[in-house]
Amino acid sequence: MVANNPIIYYINKTGVHTIVTKNCQEIPDISHLREIARQVRLDIIEMLFKAGSGHTGGSLSATDILVALFFAQMRLNPQDPCWPQRDRFVLSKGHAAPALYAVLSRLGYFPREELFTLRQFGSSLQGHPDSSCTPGVEVSTGSLGQGLSIANGMALASRLNGGGTRVYALLGDGEVQEGQIWEAAMTAAHYRLDNLVAVLDRNRLQIDGRTAEVMSLEPLAQKWEAFGWHTLEVDGHAFPELLAGLQETHGVKGRPSMIIAHTVKGKGVSIFENQVKYHGVTPSKEEYEQALKELHAA
Amino acid sequence: MAAQESTRVEYGKALLQLGKENPDIVALDADLSGSTQTKHFAKAFPQRFFNLGVAEQDMLGTAAGLALGGKIPFASTFAMFATGRAWEQIRQSIAYTKLNVKIVASHGGVSVGEDGGSHQAVEDLALMRILPNMVVLVPADGPETRAMVRWAVEYQGPVYIRTGRMPFPVIYDEDHRFELGRGYILREGEDVTLAGVGLMVHHCLEAAHLLAQEGVSARVLNLSCLKPLDWQLVVDSARLTGAFVTAEEHLATGGLGSAVSEVLAEHCPVPLQRIGLRDIFGTSGKAEILLKHYGLMPDDIKGAAIKALARKNGR
Ligand SMILES: Cc1ncc(C[n+]2csc(CCOP(=O)(O)OP(=O)(O)O)c2C)c(N)n1
Repeated sequence: MVANNPIIYYINKTGVHTIVTKNCQEIPDISHLREIARQVRLDIIEMLFKAGSGHTGGSLSATDILVALFFAQMRLNPQDPCWPQRDRFVLSKGHAAPALYAVLSRLGYFPREELFTLRQFGSSLQGHPDSSCTPGVEVSTGSLGQGLSIANGMALASRLNGGGTRVYALLGDGEVQEGQIWEAAMTAAHYRLDNLVAVLDRNRLQIDGRTAEVMSLEPLAQKWEAFGWHTLEVDGHAFPELLAGLQETHGVKGRPSMIIAHTVKGKGVSIFENQVKYHGVTPSKEEYEQALKELHAA
Repeated sequence: MAAQESTRVEYGKALLQLGKENPDIVALDADLSGSTQTKHFAKAFPQRFFNLGVAEQDMLGTAAGLALGGKIPFASTFAMFATGRAWEQIRQSIAYTKLNVKIVASHGGVSVGEDGGSHQAVEDLALMRILPNMVVLVPADGPETRAMVRWAVEYQGPVYIRTGRMPFPVIYDEDHRFELGRGYILREGEDVTLAGVGLMVHHCLEAAHLLAQEGVSARVLNLSCLKPLDWQLVVDSARLTGAFVTAEEHLATGGLGSAVSEVLAEHCPVPLQRIGLRDIFGTSGKAEILLKHYGLMPDDIKGAAIKALARKNGR
């Protein structure tokens, strides 16, 4: 399967990807990560257009974060999705499922054609991640605010099982308005989960408007810091920063890490960028064509 | 009088024993480890016990993650807070993907007593029974509690077990074994069926005794496995006796009474009287007084049986 997938071959040849190797030791080729992200965005647009429903803005804002994690950070084995030593990923903001699916298929977890069955009856790609139907999806999510607790449990289990496995969770900024997130924030610090890394997709928008207007979050970094987390802020679209941030978390001992990734909702397609409206709206025919044009030219 | 044991105390002992046998068992609590009795496990296995503080939603989510990591988590708090506060976490994070989490919640029903209505779960069975993939169990005594907890360790999937605060009389032998989906006939009879869960099983037995003194022979069932329900036993009993009474320390809607109604309505409609709280919350008071106040005593069950019999005989 992998041999038939030009992208994987390309990545392996140039050593960007670190499947089954220890933590990303080599400096990944940033331009290749950018290229993967561009193709993931193309897939997202295609999937959403064909599905006719789904979440555009939050999938595009999270794309670079997911590419950094899956192509240059996590230890995975797409040929054996249940490989016990794999790192775990929780898409707590489950509505960004299209981005996760596009990344997983590109890694070879399932054939690319399946992407275009998104949200259809009988598809293995549910509207929100479902671990019982999709290879590579570790946790079922969609109801916001629950993923960090689950990630904590996985990190505790990893420790009991002798360690080695790291757990990554991706949160939305609107999502952290949920009280359970802060319960989980306390838990992760209390149990000193240094094998846990949360990334917060700080795109500053939610459904009803700007987070600052709907429910203010600032000072956000200080909040996580005060809750006992090693907290850093990066540009969530700049691979060198994302990778350096992720790398830094490996040196953190005795506490969990929070990477606040500053992003743009709808990133990569000018008409969707920073537009509240495109949270849960998929591209029209014209928008779809313009998006493809832009991404092809990028 | 039979020995008295409280199901929560027996849970605590069983968990400790099973913890010694199986290193994959972990326990979680939300600042009620004394009340729920997970404290014994916590003391013996501090590395495998996680107190989440007063944060039930986080506790159930953490349990889900531990299950995903191959552990067998037992999460405990009061029935009200487990099933009420964290219902959606149980639905989304546990039941939806059939994760191997065991929720053993104490303080079910009004026999909680003085703490009052805020702490008496009278809707937990309804909240759990409605969930796909969830197994719902209400042990009637100590041996059944131990058998259920032992069974739950072997079973792959989510299980809800409701325990009580008050000591109940012991019904089963020490070597009792639990089987999923099986109801138990505790007393044979032909005129009416009395079916209960938890403490009410004992009250059904006493009611049967009272009825016998008046020449009425009652079959008594323990439907401790509320979901999946032993519907065949319910139907067979309805066919045999032609009249049915359910009894639970719970609202008369959503729990055992509803489960039996559903089966009878579809397969064998016979007169049914439901003993349970009637669209009302609990209140403070001594357990014995509350059980009387809400009509949950053997005498009340006997009265319901006589009503069901009258309906059966067209009176
Ligand atoms: C518990 C819950 N409440 C509401 C929703 C509906 N919902 C889906 S996405 C969303 C906004 C999320 O905002 P954010 O976390 O900032 O996501 P992003 O902007 O990155 O897409 C809401 C309210 C949900 N999925 N879960």
